[in-house]
Amino acid sequence: MPFVDTQLVLFDEDYRKVLAVCERLARDAHAKGVFVVDKNGQLMAEAGDVRGLDTTSLASLTAGSIAATGGLAKIIGEEEFPIHFHQGQRDNLHMTVVAKRIILVVIFDERSSLGLVRLRVKKAGSELARLFEEIQKKSERARNSATSPFAEITDDDIDKLFAD
Amino acid sequence: MSFINYASREINCKVVYYGPGLCGKTTNLQHIYAKTNPDLKGKMISLATETERTLFFDFLPLALGQIRGFKTRFHLYTVPGQVFYDASRKLILKGVDGVVFVADSQIERMEANLESLDNLRVNLGDQGYDLGKVPYVIQYNKRDLPNAAPLDEMQRLLNPGGAPEFEACATVGKGVFETLKAVAKGVLTDLRKMAR
Ligand SMILES: Nc1nc2c(ncn2[C@@H]2O[C@H](COP(=O)(O)OP(=O)(O)OP(=O)(O)O)[C@@H](O)[C@H]2O)c(=O)[nH]1
Ligand SMILES: [Mg+2]
Repeated sequence: MPFVDTQLVLFDEDYRKVLAVCERLARDAHAKGVFVVDKNGQLMAEAGDVRGLDTTSLASLTAGSIAATGGLAKIIGEEEFPIHFHQGQRDNLHMTVVAKRIILVVIFDERSSLGLVRLRVKKAGSELARLFEEIQKKSERARNSATSPFAEITDDDIDKLFAD
Repeated sequence: MSFINYASREINCKVVYYGPGLCGKTTNLQHIYAKTNPDLKGKMISLATETERTLFFDFLPLALGQIRGFKTRFHLYTVPGQVFYDASRKLILKGVDGVVFVADSQIERMEANLESLDNLRVNLGDQGYDLGKVPYVIQYNKRDLPNAAPLDEMQRLLNPGGAPEFEACATVGKGVFETLKAVAKGVLTDLRKMAR
């Protein structure tokens, strides 16, 4: 099975490691917000001060945008465009594809700069790549073990979801 | 692919509504959005043309409740049905956990239904999925129209495999939640199978 097509399982300890990388990146890059989104549009971690932002929509549109530009890349014979930058009036958006399966999103304003963000993202990106290699391995193991909370669900559990 | 987050005790699954142009995929999501308690839904995003045709996708995040202490969340997507948007359809199918095929019951759309179903099979196949194995339900939409094809003919043409099937009129919501429940059930049952 290809790398991106396995179910991802994120355990508490790994989540905390991913979060720590995001928090450090937000600090070091003077960013307003940092997000880790998987390529299917699921939000995995966020850091910074981004209260009130619709993060579910952000995650889904980020994934859609990366998927669309990835499709464009293939048309011109590139594998992927790994770095995306959108400049706004006030806020800017920087997106990087990490380890082929996750997207690191940074929102920043004039308190930071593209140069600084690039520099910090590079370091954080390689840390995340290492972490996700580990997470990927654990996901595969979890899948093959009975520890999944879904191994034991009954038809009754499922029906209850739709009780109303 | 579903995503299990032990830190937040959540499971996220992706469901894609597929089908020919104008069959009513977006209308299905709009009805679900309109009838769902605000606590359980996020914003619906529609990337559409000026004439309300889906250009890239519609997206609706939905919380269904808890299973064994895990919040189950479904991310519903629609594809653009128009034939020439095939590249976008392929992208949206990535990582899918369950598929709803919305068929347009109008007799003159039968060819389009068959073509779209074929396209679904090919696009899933490109990603190593098999339509016979992915959790899958079929909805016969627009049953209210006078030019609707007889049900048994639609079943014969579009559902020889006997997938769960529902008659619907998405504009008034008939059959919409039944379809959603069936696909969600299929996805969760599949998760259990995978875990075993
Ligand atoms: N009569 C009738 N009309 C319907 C029904 N469901 C949808 N429609 C109408 O069909 C038209 C197309 O519906 P959409 O939901 O936009 O179709 P779609 O499948 O999303 O189309 P694309 O985005 O182009 O792929 C709209 O005018 C709907 O109001 C139905 O059950 N009965
Ligand atoms: Mg549509």
